Amino acid sequence: MFPAFSIIFFTVMSGFGFGLAALVASGLIEMTNPFDYILVLGTILAFSGAGLISSTFHLGHPERAWRALTQWRSSWLSREGVLAIITLDAVCGWFAYDYFVGPPALWANVIVVLLALATIYCTAMIYASLRTVAKWYNPLTPLCYLAFGIATGLLGLAALNEMIGGTSDHLVAYASLALLGAWIAKLIWWRMGKDSGSTRETATGLGALGTVRPLMPPHTSENYLQKEMGFQIGRKHADTIRIIALIIGAAAPLAILSYLPVTAITMTLAFGLAMAGLFFERWLFFAEAKHVVMLYYR
Amino acid sequence: MTSLPEPQAIKLGLVIDLDICVGCHACVVNCKEWNTSGYGAPLADENAYGADPSGSWLNRVHSYEVTSEETDISRTVHFPKSCLHCEDAPCVTVCPTGASYKRAEDGIVLVNEDWCIGCGLCAWSCPYGAREMDPAEQVMKKCTLCVDRIYNENLPEEDRQPACVRTCPTNARHFGDLGDPNSEVSLLVAARGGMDLMPEQQTKPVNQYLPPRARPQPEDTASLVAMAEAAQPTGFWKWVDSTLDKISGGA
Repeated sequence: MFPAFSIIFFTVMSGFGFGLAALVASGLIEMTNPFDYILVLGTILAFSGAGLISSTFHLGHPERAWRALTQWRSSWLSREGVLAIITLDAVCGWFAYDYFVGPPALWANVIVVLLALATIYCTAMIYASLRTVAKWYNPLTPLCYLAFGIATGLLGLAALNEMIGGTSDHLVAYASLALLGAWIAKLIWWRMGKDSGSTRETATGLGALGTVRPLMPPHTSENYLQKEMGFQIGRKHADTIRIIALIIGAAAPLAILSYLPVTAITMTLAFGLAMAGLFFERWLFFAEAKHVVMLYYR
Repeated sequence: MTSLPEPQAIKLGLVIDLDICVGCHACVVNCKEWNTSGYGAPLADENAYGADPSGSWLNRVHSYEVTSEETDISRTVHFPKSCLHCEDAPCVTVCPTGASYKRAEDGIVLVNEDWCIGCGLCAWSCPYGAREMDPAEQVMKKCTLCVDRIYNENLPEEDRQPACVRTCPTNARHFGDLGDPNSEVSLLVAARGGMDLMPEQQTKPVNQYLPPRARPQPEDTASLVAMAEAAQPTGFWKWVDSTLDKISGGA
């Protein structure tokens, strides 16, 4: 599948933004002065907002994007949009209450956490619900999205906590475990979903007559289907991209968390590296995914 | 609304006879001709005579070679492919805007181009490649089953069928109600063993494909050569044969 940069950016950035929102509402960071609130809320809104706005960039008609909020009954893409907006409203409400009134009740925390996690889940289900892409059509797909959202959220939280003068040793431990767990899930995911169950024979229905091979193409130049579903560049370099993702996104931040002193700078560095690694991981997520329609062509 | 309608009695669709199709692409061309000026925005046809033409088409004809494992004899099968108007159409339920919908009254899957945001997710969800984003209009284009022909009382009755069916010079394409077990198309499907494409994708396509009929195959092509060699010459060639026999016999 063609890895539109706006979509890679959207899934990585909003995954972190909503992961961070869930962790803040879980009470993992203590904010005391106005600056703390502005910094943490600003980070959540900046990342999730940038992701959501970016997701409209690949649209043919972004001016109609509001219509995407209407079909939440059937469409995961619509659910994602609706939940993202509800969640960001709830997060703003949570911050306002926490600042002006005091710590919100447990039920309010639980609602914000669930909304944020549900938003990440919907993002993943946009892809995991497509039976046509065997690589994605897998219950582990949303698990990976959630795990990376929480892992980057914890790294970002540790960095923010250091910036506002908290102690982050417990967050570093959580972040290391979460990042390790997310990448283990990803390593398993990479080995899954190789068989769509469809073949050229089932695609043409001609299997009963023998083996099928394309003789003449239906058109002489690339069409939308080739450009969108037949993208090759990522696949050609898949192993290289995988190693880059693992070094930048897993090994480097885990080494920083394990061996360097916990400061705002080291935590920001670990967070930045993990996010950069996720861009490569997400590039592979799209580029490596094979669509069954290509069976008609090769 | 992009929820699918309850299954209805009427299921309009196409039956495509792979035994008859000769791969002339007339259906492709007539489809584009009708639909570029009919339902919705025109179908792009950019740089048509240049090095890198692009455009959107609602119907494409592939050609395959099928080789029998037992006899090693192969045959060519021309394979027209357009929207199959699936009963469980994933392209409808994934649509976030309600632009992609399946009509309750006849099962035709359509795109409301004024609502389409051009996200492309419906094309990703379709296993058959039946949807193409129009490169000029940036909305999703797909087969409408010529909804603007089949009910059009301004057209003579014989023209009230999809353009691809009307134009097919070999009668390889049929249009009708596949929900009615006694319709001509349903009887054809029953008689010829019509099949779903990629049933494992669980889309329940309405369009059906009729498999190529079994052909009598010569058991051994070498026998044809032997047959030709054993043939006795007549007329002029009989005279040449006998004369040459005499010359070589006499030498």
